[in-house]
Amino acid sequence: MNTPDNLHYAKSHEWLRIEKDSGTVGITDHAQSALSDVVFVELPKSGRVVKQGEVIATVESVKAASDIYAPVGGTILESNETLSSDPGLINREPYGQGWLFRIKPDSPKPTGLLSSSDYAASLTH
Amino acid sequence: MPDSISESPLASCHLALGARMIPFAGWNLPVEYSGLLAEHKATRQAAGLFDISHMGQIRAQGKNTLSCLESILANDPAKLKDGEGHYSFITNEQGGVIDDLLVYRLSPDDFFLVVNASRHHEILQLLKKHETPQVRFSGNPGTATGMALQGPQASAILARILPDAPLPLRNHIAQFTLFGANVLIATTGYTGENGYEIFSDIPTGLKIWAALLETGKPLGLLPCGLGSRDSLRLEAGLPLNGQDLSPEISPLEAGLGMFVDLNRPRAFPGRPALEKQKKSGSPRICIGLQGQPGHPPPRHGYPVFQGDKQIGVITSGVPSPTLGHGIALALVTTPAPLCGQDVEFEVRGRRVHAKVSSRKFLKAK
Repeated sequence: MNTPDNLHYAKSHEWLRIEKDSGTVGITDHAQSALSDVVFVELPKSGRVVKQGEVIATVESVKAASDIYAPVGGTILESNETLSSDPGLINREPYGQGWLFRIKPDSPKPTGLLSSSDYAASLTH
Repeated sequence: MPDSISESPLASCHLALGARMIPFAGWNLPVEYSGLLAEHKATRQAAGLFDISHMGQIRAQGKNTLSCLESILANDPAKLKDGEGHYSFITNEQGGVIDDLLVYRLSPDDFFLVVNASRHHEILQLLKKHETPQVRFSGNPGTATGMALQGPQASAILARILPDAPLPLRNHIAQFTLFGANVLIATTGYTGENGYEIFSDIPTGLKIWAALLETGKPLGLLPCGLGSRDSLRLEAGLPLNGQDLSPEISPLEAGLGMFVDLNRPRAFPGRPALEKQKKSGSPRICIGLQGQPGHPPPRHGYPVFQGDKQIGVITSGVPSPTLGHGIALALVTTPAPLCGQDVEFEVRGRRVHAKVSSRKFLKAK
């Protein structure tokens, strides 16, 4: 499974990319593979304030609906509107065009998240 | 019910194909190989091959077999001719469904039953209570293979490994020789497509699986897992025991009264309760629901509303790969809303619009 080095990972299989004072969130390659074909996505409205670990979005495959948790606390800046017409982007480009939302984190340093190597190791257990 | 997880006799085939396995009804089974949507589409447009070795295969033999089965099954097995099969139920005293099953008559004193994996042990025990020297029941879990070949290309694929043998008509079964062994082939399935269910001993099953995969590949056949099996059966409006059927839900409530025969003299468990339901109407009935593209799909357990009133609950729901919107079976109180009427289901605290429809979703388009 692909786990890019420059990202922070949550045990619940979300990734966070920090860019200056904002962060982009998506689900990992492992998560998209386990879900298989995504057919529906429910994303947060911009301006919503969330706590770390709060259910913030839902990703649905044919099989099931899966909750997505906020990897950090903060304020939602925008959601990826493209996903409503093409939810399969999550499967095709989980770390690229398949991103879910952008967030302004409460704190500049994310805590409680895993490095790429630690996340990759957690998948083999 | 055994607590341990059994491996399918075809497990080595699934691993070789890179299947993702999950536990289901006490069995470790493939949920998908190449992907649920691709497998669903292959079955609708070409062919799909499913391992159904977990399904319980029970043989009932002896000169009193028919009479014995008549006193147990809700659909009348006396209606079957040699080589014919039909859908039936084993019901409890309240008329609820213990299991739904396929019943095939091979000869007047030889019947073949295919029951759900989750009920196999229970049904075998129940049947064995009726055993006499004139009727014997056999068929322990894990002792045979079953596979379903489904889709518009199923006949062409099967004909290539069974040349010169006329295949059974729809809802019929016949014995064939394949790889030197006796196999049973029934023209039945759980996808809404034409197709076959093939039952054999384990070594022969391994050979048939490999032969069908190889022969079918150029015609677009894909091996298919439980994921697409569920979305395919729901598009066809076919019930799943444990969700759409249960000991608390009668076949009449499930809208399957045509498979309960109350026009015969013989008693069977639950008959008085089912007669009462038929006469005075059941308090609940299963309806079909269709959502809209871009809306969250309906799922098992979601409540269903008409106006402000909760009228029932979704028993099975899925985003339909063929239709592109959500479809569901829901058990609602009677009088139920009619086809074309608007209802809502609740998803994560918010109401989503749906239309009542026929349960045959593909034809209801």
